[in-house]
Amino acid sequence: MLEQQLINALSLGSVYALFALGFTLVFGVLGVINLSHGAIFMLGSYVALMLVEQLALPLWLAMLLAMLASGLIGLIVDYVVLRPLRKRNAPHLAPMIATIGVAIILTNLAQGLFGAENKRFPTGTIPEDSYTFGSVHVTAVQIGIVLVSFVLMLILLGVMRRTQLGRALRAIAESPKAAYLLGINVEGLFYLTSFAAAALGGAAGVLVGLSFNAITPFMGQPMLHKGIAVIILGGMGDIRGAMIAGLFLGFAEVLTVAYLSSDFRDAVGFGLLFLILLVRPSGMFGKVLERKA
Amino acid sequence: MGFMEWWDGFWATYNTVVFSIGVNAMLALSIYVTLSCGLLSLANAAFMGIGAYAAALISMNTGLPFPVALAVGGALPALVALIIGIPTLRLSGVYLAMATLGFGEVVRVVVLNMDITGGPMGLNGIPPTTEWWHIVLLLGVTLYILARIRRSKIGRAFEAIKEDEIAARLMGVNVAGYKLLAFVIGATIAGVAGALNAHYTFTIGPGNYAFENAVDILTMAVFGGTSNLIGPTIGATLLTLLPEVLRHFKDFRLAANGIILVLVILYLPKGIWDPRRIRNIFSKTDKKTQPTGKVS
Repeated sequence: MLEQQLINALSLGSVYALFALGFTLVFGVLGVINLSHGAIFMLGSYVALMLVEQLALPLWLAMLLAMLASGLIGLIVDYVVLRPLRKRNAPHLAPMIATIGVAIILTNLAQGLFGAENKRFPTGTIPEDSYTFGSVHVTAVQIGIVLVSFVLMLILLGVMRRTQLGRALRAIAESPKAAYLLGINVEGLFYLTSFAAAALGGAAGVLVGLSFNAITPFMGQPMLHKGIAVIILGGMGDIRGAMIAGLFLGFAEVLTVAYLSSDFRDAVGFGLLFLILLVRPSGMFGKVLERKA
Repeated sequence: MGFMEWWDGFWATYNTVVFSIGVNAMLALSIYVTLSCGLLSLANAAFMGIGAYAAALISMNTGLPFPVALAVGGALPALVALIIGIPTLRLSGVYLAMATLGFGEVVRVVVLNMDITGGPMGLNGIPPTTEWWHIVLLLGVTLYILARIRRSKIGRAFEAIKEDEIAARLMGVNVAGYKLLAFVIGATIAGVAGALNAHYTFTIGPGNYAFENAVDILTMAVFGGTSNLIGPTIGATLLTLLPEVLRHFKDFRLAANGIILVLVILYLPKGIWDPRRIRNIFSKTDKKTQPTGKVS
């Protein structure tokens, strides 16, 4: 019983981590809480659904194109909304509220285009194989989710820690002005970050769409809540922290549902968040809180 | 058609809109108070909910008069704000926003799972005791008190904290105390607004006080402008009227809310009611009308 719960938790937690990764990347590099990340996540799953449904593309290709499409949406949001605010040196609150507006627009757009009801992938798209190890039951979808999330997470981690690009991004995270003076193309890397973050969000959207096989225009909002909880738990802007906290939240939720009550599932993340902020304001893995203050 | 007939028809159709404008103005003012002290708190929807449930339960289960229900609707959120404010307000900026968001979510789930609150079904059949003049009176009182606070020592302390917390502390301002005061005042106003709202909508549920509502409240304040009291009031009025005006756009009308929010942040960062900008416009036109001696 416990083993089964742990498998479910691993699959849920890795999606949370993947979603939160893009969210935390934008915060770390651009210093912006991008509240449209949930809406981009939702559009990612619609794009994959449309490609599979209308063009009968194989799932892996649909997923890649969905990542590309959501990346482009992220890029457009950055160019149209965040860039003017950067130019004006607007206070932190401004981009956060502006992205709330973006989320409202995208959600209503999706509702207008696709309708408010649940959509499903056509039967046969999602592999229905499952494997039994002793008492544990694992579906192919769960394995796929864990694999894809971990591969994407490790790629991002590798890029951030091992490459020149990652070094540049970390420099910008420290101080965009200093990075600019050192000859780093700050503006270009802002765009790249927005693109990559949105692509990761879109990938998470496709995986969630597959795992619950239900896609709605409103699926981004609850995910956004989890994402907020995860990046605070993990320490804002910390990539490894977001991965660990995402998995942690997945486990906390699954175990709460299994052993306490499903009623409190949605309060687990925020309850933890609330408590942790009181005890340790920089998050579980956060370093110095008021560096930028 | 006489004026009275027109008025009766108008009132029958639009009275809830008028009520909503008043209540939303109070909510926007409740977040203005915390913002004026430099705090971004997203707990006001939760405080509104606590006030609404407290007042509704009193009205439905006891024979106590409406003013008592309203008073409890303001006092209970104030008490809760006092208790959670002491540890929470140590946080700053986005951390505070997220913690208060977390508090709101916890309140929602607790309300969802209690028996006395009716769980997911909410409360139905709340007596419709809110009259239009209750709202006008309480909105007026709120505006009056906030205007007095603004010009008092408290208001200046809020402003000092908002501008530079460390400098304010060095000047001997009791930063923690004033922050807590702003938080509690905001919670009280939100609670009273919730109580008024519950007594004209007849029915309330846990979904009415979630993240979306916290965002709506913030949007109204920011849209109007938070540098003064008129801004939030105007913002609440316009954004409450907007869905009515845009009724023809059906599915896409809510997207208009988002578009307006983005446009305001991009082009009017201080909200639509920004006294300095308005003054500037007039002084510019004055200059233009003055003879400059040059022929262009």
